[in-house]
Amino acid sequence: MAKHKTPLLDQLESGPWPSFVSDLKQQAEKRAKNVEGIEFQIPVDVVDDLLGLLELSFKQGRTHWKHGGIVGVFGYGGGVIGRYCDQPQMFPGVAHFHTMRVAQPGGKFYTSEYLRQLCDIWDLRGSGITNMHGSTGDIIFLGTTTPQLEEIFFELTHNMNQDLGGSGSNLRTPADCIGQARCEYACYDTQDLCYDLTNEYQDELHRPAFPYKFKFKFDGCPNCCVASIARADMSFIGTWKDDIKIDQKAVQAYIGGELVPNGGAHSGRDWGKFDIQKEVIGLCPTGCMVMDGKTLKINNRECTRCMHCINVMPRALRIGNERGLSILAGAKAPILDGAQMGTLIVPFIEAEAPYTKIKETVIEPIWDWWMEEGKNRERLGELMKRQGLQKVIEVLGVDPDPRMVQEPRSNPYIFWKEDEVPGGFERDINEFRKHHLR
Amino acid sequence: MAFISSGYNPEKPMENRITDIGPRKYDEFYPPVIAKNKGKWLYHEYLQPGVLVHVAESGDELYTVRCGGARLMTTTHIREICEIADKHCGGYFRFTTRNNIEFLLDSKAKVKPLLDDLAGRKFKGGSFKFPVGGTGAGVSNIVHTQGWIHCHTPATDASGPVKAVMDELFADFQQHRMPAHVRVSLACCLNMCGAVHCSDIAILGYHRKPPMLDHEYLDKMCEIPLAIAACPTAAIKPAKVEVKGEKLNSVAVNNERCMYCGNCYTMCPSMPLADTEGDGIVIMAGGKVSNRISAPKFSKVVVAFIPNEAPRWPQTAKVIKGMIEAYAKDAQKYERLGDWAERIGWERFFEKCELDFTHHLIDDFRDPAYYTWRQTTQFKF
Ligand code: HEM
Ligand code: HEM
Ligand code: HEM
Ligand code: HEM
Ligand code: SF4
Ligand code: SF4
Ligand code: SF4
Ligand code: SF4
Repeated sequence: MAKHKTPLLDQLESGPWPSFVSDLKQQAEKRAKNVEGIEFQIPVDVVDDLLGLLELSFKQGRTHWKHGGIVGVFGYGGGVIGRYCDQPQMFPGVAHFHTMRVAQPGGKFYTSEYLRQLCDIWDLRGSGITNMHGSTGDIIFLGTTTPQLEEIFFELTHNMNQDLGGSGSNLRTPADCIGQARCEYACYDTQDLCYDLTNEYQDELHRPAFPYKFKFKFDGCPNCCVASIARADMSFIGTWKDDIKIDQKAVQAYIGGELVPNGGAHSGRDWGKFDIQKEVIGLCPTGCMVMDGKTLKINNRECTRCMHCINVMPRALRIGNERGLSILAGAKAPILDGAQMGTLIVPFIEAEAPYTKIKETVIEPIWDWWMEEGKNRERLGELMKRQGLQKVIEVLGVDPDPRMVQEPRSNPYIFWKEDEVPGGFERDINEFRKHHLR
Repeated sequence: MAFISSGYNPEKPMENRITDIGPRKYDEFYPPVIAKNKGKWLYHEYLQPGVLVHVAESGDELYTVRCGGARLMTTTHIREICEIADKHCGGYFRFTTRNNIEFLLDSKAKVKPLLDDLAGRKFKGGSFKFPVGGTGAGVSNIVHTQGWIHCHTPATDASGPVKAVMDELFADFQQHRMPAHVRVSLACCLNMCGAVHCSDIAILGYHRKPPMLDHEYLDKMCEIPLAIAACPTAAIKPAKVEVKGEKLNSVAVNNERCMYCGNCYTMCPSMPLADTEGDGIVIMAGGKVSNRISAPKFSKVVVAFIPNEAPRWPQTAKVIKGMIEAYAKDAQKYERLGDWAERIGWERFFEKCELDFTHHLIDDFRDPAYYTWRQTTQFKF
């Protein structure tokens, strides 16, 4: 018997899409039965009470959670989010319901052995409810009490060689696309760079020292499967410098219909016979492709590596060999003057372990500048806006590059530096007046 | 229940403490076929919606079966995933950034038995546990945030609307009939933990009333300067108020400046803003993050407000379904929803999607607003 009646939530059990309500109910039942005889460290009926509380929110259209105040594990500034329910008498099982962020492995690859171990800890010491995964990328343990936090941390670190993720004004848990592990488009090893930087900057991740949050995200190519360009203070997007490799035989196979375009992504509808002129050459944003008789030609100097042709004909076209990545910075919220995408600050940099150049010539100078000049709760993108792209260029010590802008300025209000103008700003008015009467 | 110690000693927190070890290393979890062929993949193909094959230079093949999942997931469900992975693919699987589950198989022969097994697994209430799909030119899983299940500032639920909308879009999760990818996201308040701002379709929870002020408790429960500093629009100032004859330190909110973000409530529990009628959903459309053909772009607000209609949010689901159908019917192959809207013009977009254009949709927020108004004589009747 369910502890609380949930007539509204019950309506979310029907329909084909996996029902979180059904899942929560099976969990509630499993805890109540407790066949394995687990010595639950938080209330047995935590899941029942969560369902009851959620039903109340559904009825009223209002949340019943209060902000958590400061809870956490010793020495860390993040990784735990405190949460209390505002109806603890009615739902004592979720009176305290904190979350923990567990740092996810790169590419979100798992073995059943590892996840079962995590489940064992979480069944014993928490609600058994998770997010696989939170939007930052972490595994989220949803719902435990304060005394369990250190215990869980201890078991994670001692028994599973596993740390918490970041929250607060620090480096957030970095996240990557699947990249070279499975994707032929990947221009660098996203998982390795992500792992390397995550470990290099553990201190920044666990101990808030920044003006505000900071996110790294890693996309292996400009398709941007983890949306780095929109979501990260610093995005690392794979790219290449040389020529797209062409297999002319395969091009003909696409034209002839032996190979299906876009790997079969459009198989659900009859779009007619594949037309390379219309679907590839005509859609190339730079117009840099032509069919010369039976040969597909790309003027690679003009290609902007948008990925379209490669996406359509993956067996005929392959990314180039001189690979690396572009770094963009400053994506952020519209608050307050509008949302921002990342701005290209490094058009190309090599991405070979140990990534010293990326760390020492890009990440660290940018952080130093932001920590020096950033106001409290000022995202990197806001500081960039306040002090200008020129300042970023100065901080990085690079030459200005038209690749960094969409277009040059359309106002002439240039703030010249005094030393750029011969003779400087200090002038002798009396000398001037000798030639220009008052 | 007896307290079970992990070995942690609260008297000496630093004793044997292990910190700063980071996540487990990615390659501990690679299935052998990936460990062997990493960085040497030649091409991929979708064998059917939800089933991919990747072929390596070595000739090795990797088969992936992708299933939808609710990201809110219990250990019971995770254990079932583990059991399936043990049975069919040596215990190896992964999750995608859009909360899909991927089983990783090293031979084609293993695909069909897995598909059959997955098709038979249903929750008691009747829904699929592991619907296969989410690939190619279709609708993938919705990425979302916490909502009423765990957060203090949501203006709508997350898991509920996601379930309702995915039920509506389910056929297209399992098909490839769209002109291009369709990415739907949900964030339950404008803090947008989930960054919904660059999705083909975004569902955004939005409050419409400024916070209430619990003057009697405010000074006792909150650091007033922190609440004031939290406000992004500087709408809060200190105020002296009189409650039941007692003079109290509190705050005043300039309602006209308030953007209902809830940051003050995060700092100060005496400033709640949730409201049954005030809260609801904003629909945005036309964003993307991929650099393919056109540059990444933001989603635009296309419906200013839909009330919270728990448990199944019918209007929200209907509006989204309507937009997707209009797009599927009218857009050209490879054209993302936002590219389609820009090609036909937003005036046509509203017409074709049968959406009302109201004054709320005209940007009036600070400087950039001007540049979203029409500055040419080119428009369509
Ligand atoms: C200043 C405004 C913000 C406040 C007050 C805020 C508050 C919160 C809170 C309370 C949570 C915990 C939700 C829970 O688990 O109960 C959360 C989670 C999170 N926040 Fe924020 N947040 C803010 C802005 C942002 C922004 C701008 C982003 C990113 C773009 C972000 C990203 C996240 C992510 C990724 C999570 C994990 C939650 C999930 O996966 O659902 N937050 N935030
Ligand atoms: C075109 C519309 C919008 C887009 C594209 C958008 C996008 C975003 C994104 C991407 C973030 C998190 C970015 C990050 O920090 O990594 C965010 C955060 C936020 N958004 Fe929005 N949003 C939009 C509308 C709004 C509106 C209308 C408001 C308020 C009225 C708002 C208030 C906020 C706030 C308060 C945050 C957290 C601030 C911060 O962490 O800096 N957003 N938004
Ligand atoms: C960016 C700095 C600007 C420069 C260097 C500039 C320069 C000029 C020049 C050289 C002329 C021709 C003057 C003449 O015939 O003697 C002119 C005309 C004019 N400018 Fe500007 N201008 C600037 C900004 C503006 C701005 C901001 C506005 C209005 C918002 C403006 C409005 C006009 C108008 C209305 C005319 C007369 C046009 C005509 O006779 O057809 N200008 N400007
Ligand atoms: C239109 C251009 C796009 C193409 C051609 C494309 C192509 C691909 C390919 C080939 C993969 C599979 C890599 C692999 O698993 O082997 C992939 C994965 C993925 N894509 Fe895209 N993609 C595109 C746009 C997007 C966009 C715009 C999003 C999200 C907003 C997205 C989200 C994803 C996600 C979540 C994955 C799984 C990756 C992971 O979990 O690491 N893709 N994409
Ligand atoms: S971002 Fe590029 S490299 Fe990474 S998974 Fe997507 S398509 Fe592949
Ligand atoms: S990658 Fe894009 S710009 Fe380059 S040739 Fe292909 S379609 Fe054209
Ligand atoms: S989007 Fe807002 S309400 Fe939803 S989980 Fe994030 S902070 Fe909470
Ligand atoms: S809800 Fe946001 S804008 Fe309104 S008073 Fe609070 S902090 Fe300020």
